[in-house]
Amino acid sequence: MTAPLLQVEQLECERDDRVLIKNLSFELYNGEILQVEGANGSGKTTLLRVLCGLSDEFQGELTWCGRPRRRVEADFRRQTLYCGHLTGIKMALSPRENLRWILQVKGVSAADAPAQPSLDQALHDVGLGGFEDVPVYTLSAGQKRRVALARLLVEPARLWVLDEPFTAIDRHGVAELEGLIQGHAAKGGSVLITSHHALELNGLRSLQLGLGRGAWQIN
Amino acid sequence: MANQLEPAMWSGMLAIIKRDIVIAFRQRGDMVNPLFFFIMVIALFPLGMGPEPGTLQKIAPGVIWIAALLSTLLSVDSLFRQDFDDGALELTLMSPQPLFVLAFGKVLAHWLVTALPLICVAPVLGVMMFMDVNTIKVTLYSLLLGTPVLSMISAIGAALTVGLHKGGVLVAVIALPLYIPVLIFGTSAVEAAAMGHPFAGQLAYLAAFLILAFTFAPFAIATGLRISVNG
Amino acid sequence: MFQALKRLYHKLGSPKYFYEMTGKMLPWLIAATVLLLVPGLIYGLAFAPPERYQGDSYRIIYIHVPAASIAMGGYIMMAVAGVVVLVWRMKMAEMVARCLAPIGASFTFICLVTGSIWGKPTWGTWWVWDARLTSMLVLLFLYIGVMALNSAINNAQSAARATAVLSIVGAVNLPIIKYSVNWWNTLHQPASIKMTSSAIDPEMLFTLLSCIGGFYCLFAVLLINSTRCEVLQREQRSNWVKKTVGAV
Repeated sequence: MTAPLLQVEQLECERDDRVLIKNLSFELYNGEILQVEGANGSGKTTLLRVLCGLSDEFQGELTWCGRPRRRVEADFRRQTLYCGHLTGIKMALSPRENLRWILQVKGVSAADAPAQPSLDQALHDVGLGGFEDVPVYTLSAGQKRRVALARLLVEPARLWVLDEPFTAIDRHGVAELEGLIQGHAAKGGSVLITSHHALELNGLRSLQLGLGRGAWQIN
Repeated sequence: MANQLEPAMWSGMLAIIKRDIVIAFRQRGDMVNPLFFFIMVIALFPLGMGPEPGTLQKIAPGVIWIAALLSTLLSVDSLFRQDFDDGALELTLMSPQPLFVLAFGKVLAHWLVTALPLICVAPVLGVMMFMDVNTIKVTLYSLLLGTPVLSMISAIGAALTVGLHKGGVLVAVIALPLYIPVLIFGTSAVEAAAMGHPFAGQLAYLAAFLILAFTFAPFAIATGLRISVNG
Repeated sequence: MFQALKRLYHKLGSPKYFYEMTGKMLPWLIAATVLLLVPGLIYGLAFAPPERYQGDSYRIIYIHVPAASIAMGGYIMMAVAGVVVLVWRMKMAEMVARCLAPIGASFTFICLVTGSIWGKPTWGTWWVWDARLTSMLVLLFLYIGVMALNSAINNAQSAARATAVLSIVGAVNLPIIKYSVNWWNTLHQPASIKMTSSAIDPEMLFTLLSCIGGFYCLFAVLLINSTRCEVLQREQRSNWVKKTVGAV
């Protein structure tokens, strides 16, 4: 049994004096897809932010590749791709410029990612061919989302943490994104995803939150 | 792994500087409004206090410095607010690069885009306030040394309050007491030059503040950003 | 030894222990305050011999000097508590820091008002921009900044950490500000306060020390009282608070 990629032990989260998650423990292995489900306000986004290190209002232990995550923050961030509610795409820049700054801020150089497609190729693959140079504010909501999703193609990462990635995506795009996620898992990457959609993926595990007073269920 | 970190750290900072400058030039309002504010505030003083050269010459150092200070304060809201609202701040926080380096880059870009225009326009306003050439030169030096410190201090305030949608007055209340040493030595340098006294000491103090601010402020800014994104 | 220190550290960090311990300490502190402050103030304000140059107006130093000392000390204390909050994440430190700000600000205000009252008979005006008073004014602004930030953030923990950063930045700046204001003052040279004559009378010294001690005890009483209320409020969901308040 190989070591888990991400291990969560006795995680407790509170928000506004309400207990969201109590005593959560699970493991995420390479090649696994875990969907976090629950009604609005059940703590899905909070959990994802805690797991990414954006929020430290929690009790419990987080382990990354066998070591405590707080000791290997840089390594964890280098291998994680986080795409939240707010995509982080700058409206005044073009899709290509956006992808470029995101990669450069992460410190990804061409040497790190020889197998990744070029930025233009990735934009073409997500359906933004011909829109590489226009400012993002001229695009539709769905197209803006696709710029964020192009990151999945160009950013090398072992763990994908996606918060509601299917927002504003049409049916065709949903199928494509599911294909991307499946492909990532097949190559040994892991995916942590929240979505209101019913996902059609192989090997999908589900973590149910919001069952009352911090209770949860995983299968 | 370690070898790849070195160039990447600076490339992250440079990427942010380049990105912010490009965005500032495309959204010119954030760049130009502090400049107009600076000019208008200085123009208010002759209107409010009478146009006699004697009076204006006397108050000119203080007026130009306080106007620059207030312009910096006004412009700081645009430093992190947009990044916070569109999620770019979270992406920056998720970067494996040290946050204080990236934050330093952001403040530097902001200074280049908002304070540098002020410094370029200051000589014209100095002439309007009847300052002589030497005094104007020293004003430029003092602003060049002092405005980055003001930017760093306002950035600390902005980082602590970016998650709150309460407007810039809170940042003003936080930052203004911390501006005072820079203001004192900045105006003193200009006044000394106006009277023909030596001013190098005051400029040296400003330079010392600059080094202190560059060394320590980025850590406070980074901590403030993490706290703001946390909540 | 190390184990004992560790235990002490954990105890100090526990709000419940703090509440119980201070509950026992408070009556003694209040007694000390009354014992030191009342005779000191009465003697100083009414009976001590008048000063050689300033006559009776100098008496205000029995309030002004302790207030100034507490104002500065309070901010440093707040910054130290801030360091504890950021490094050790101690909840007790968060509560103490939060309660320190208004109390410190009040003492700064008292210092300014008494300084102003002193100034009127001495210089003829209610205010003068001398180094000391101006530094106190800037200190008041620093306190106000901390209080404004504290009240602007709803989440108690985020508020504590943000104000911790701000108080540390302010504390680091304090010597710089004081030096700058002193320097500015020498440039522009308005009237300056002479605190006391060169040789201080032993009678005045003892009264002053008594007042300083009394005011510090008063500061401690106010701080502890305020922190106890904060503890009750923040821990309101825990059982020991419910029992203490009698809600169960």
